[in-house]
Amino acid sequence: MAIPDDDVYQERILEHFEEPYHRGHCPAATHAHEDDNPLCGDVVRVELQVDDQGRVAGAWFQGDGCCISQAAASMLMENVEGRTVEQLRAMSATDMLALFGARLTANRQKCCLLAWRVLQAAMFSPIDGDKAPAAKDSAP
Amino acid sequence: MSTSATAKPLDVDALRADFPILATHIHARGDDPGVPLVYLDNAATTQRPRQVIQSVVDVYERQYANVHRGIHWLSDQTTDLYEQSRAKVRAFINAPALEQVIFTHGTTESVNLVARSWGDANLRPGDEVLLTEMEHHANLVPWQQAAERTGAVLRHIPITDDGRLDQDTLPRLLGERTKLVAVTAVSNVLGTVNPVAEIIAQAHAVGAVVLVDAAQSAPHLATDVQALNADFVAFSGHKMLGPSGVGVLWGRGELLDAMPPFLGGGSMIRRVYLDRFEPAELPSKFEAGTPPIVSAIGLGAAIDYLQAIGLPAIHEHEQLLCRRAHALLADLPGVRMLGPAPEHKSGIVSFTLDRIHAHDIAQVLDRHGVAIRAGHHCAMPLHKRLGINASARASFYFYNTLDEVDRFVAALADCQRVFSRRRT
Repeated sequence: MAIPDDDVYQERILEHFEEPYHRGHCPAATHAHEDDNPLCGDVVRVELQVDDQGRVAGAWFQGDGCCISQAAASMLMENVEGRTVEQLRAMSATDMLALFGARLTANRQKCCLLAWRVLQAAMFSPIDGDKAPAAKDSAP
Repeated sequence: MSTSATAKPLDVDALRADFPILATHIHARGDDPGVPLVYLDNAATTQRPRQVIQSVVDVYERQYANVHRGIHWLSDQTTDLYEQSRAKVRAFINAPALEQVIFTHGTTESVNLVARSWGDANLRPGDEVLLTEMEHHANLVPWQQAAERTGAVLRHIPITDDGRLDQDTLPRLLGERTKLVAVTAVSNVLGTVNPVAEIIAQAHAVGAVVLVDAAQSAPHLATDVQALNADFVAFSGHKMLGPSGVGVLWGRGELLDAMPPFLGGGSMIRRVYLDRFEPAELPSKFEAGTPPIVSAIGLGAAIDYLQAIGLPAIHEHEQLLCRRAHALLADLPGVRMLGPAPEHKSGIVSFTLDRIHAHDIAQVLDRHGVAIRAGHHCAMPLHKRLGINASARASFYFYNTLDEVDRFVAALADCQRVFSRRRT
């Protein structure tokens, strides 16, 4: 049985699952959001520190669920730090699937997109209204 | 739903030869021939033998028209086949009368029919509907909707930690307010075979009507609605070798007679005026519109096939597979079995693996050709009760082999390797 290069359980993905980037609380979080995928019970919470220039200075996640949902969250946190809210708003589901890299069936794409969906909402969910650079925009 | 009787062992290889899909290889790509399919998702839906497939082809090629309508030869042919199939269902569940067998589109519609028709006509504010913690959503949501419409109150028989109904609670839960008890004969997650006859006896003692969700029992254990003394029994064709899109509701004659129609339309009427209608007699009263004609005929062929094997032999073979799976899984680290020991259940083996999500288990197993179900299996409240979000489920049928059980467990061991190589 040949295991293709775009396999879901490739080394890079398992590494993110087992040694995730920024799993925990964001020390100076300004924005946060949490959501789940009720079909499989995957949960992801994203906490962001967005600075005065609208740039993501810190991105952390917590969660529970399958390898894909949690590895995708880890990859996304690593990817978004340093980028602006404006840039992240433009990040599409297709971009997220490309970032993840492995070939996914439609069902499992939902697992991969959970963190992205939570991130898109987190950017517009200020913990403290005064610090929210994009609070006037409605959530996607 | 009887588990007694000893049957002679099945010739599984001969039976498998009737199922074209069981000989297929999946994941073939280029020069890679792929892997043989190990189909262990039978609680979701079973596969079909050639005999059922051929019966469907025969109808479409030679005998297809609408039923109960035309005054022409073809329509008569189709109607005969459709009604013969009803007779086969009647015999299969030992129903006292033919007109009590109603073709629906599946268990879900059968339960909704009772909840809408019987429920709306009989439930009053404060009345109680008793369900269990292990019900499929199809036997929970229709009652939640009925409760919302009528003001009835839902109560639930709890389960024990090993996944059996806690019968000690029945005297406390059943009372004069209890109007209906809806219980699954076999849990689609735990595999537990519930003491339905006993529950029915106790429910009748307080005057309650009982609906049995037989979706997971009818394919595996003999169903005798008279021996059970049930009031309503619901099941689906596609979980017992039949085509998808057909189900059955059996109901006690006097209950069905007194119930108002469920769906309105053609067939279910005797006479229609511009402002009112007179309903038809049973079973047409509950078969509005063109029924799932060909699926119902295919279900008849499926029943012929099952009767030829015999349900006791089927159950015994599934027990064999179930015991093997339990024994092998006990040797794997980090396995949590859900549900009771094999002797208390049908051929369903649900479990979790420490630190590996059920969807990841299913996906790794799929690479080995092993098809199992992962998720909450339409039983979210049960999973909450078990303290988990999701589980993995292997479910057997008579065409599965001991070798397939071994390959399933070997694939699980590989799954654990995939997720543990960084720790070793």
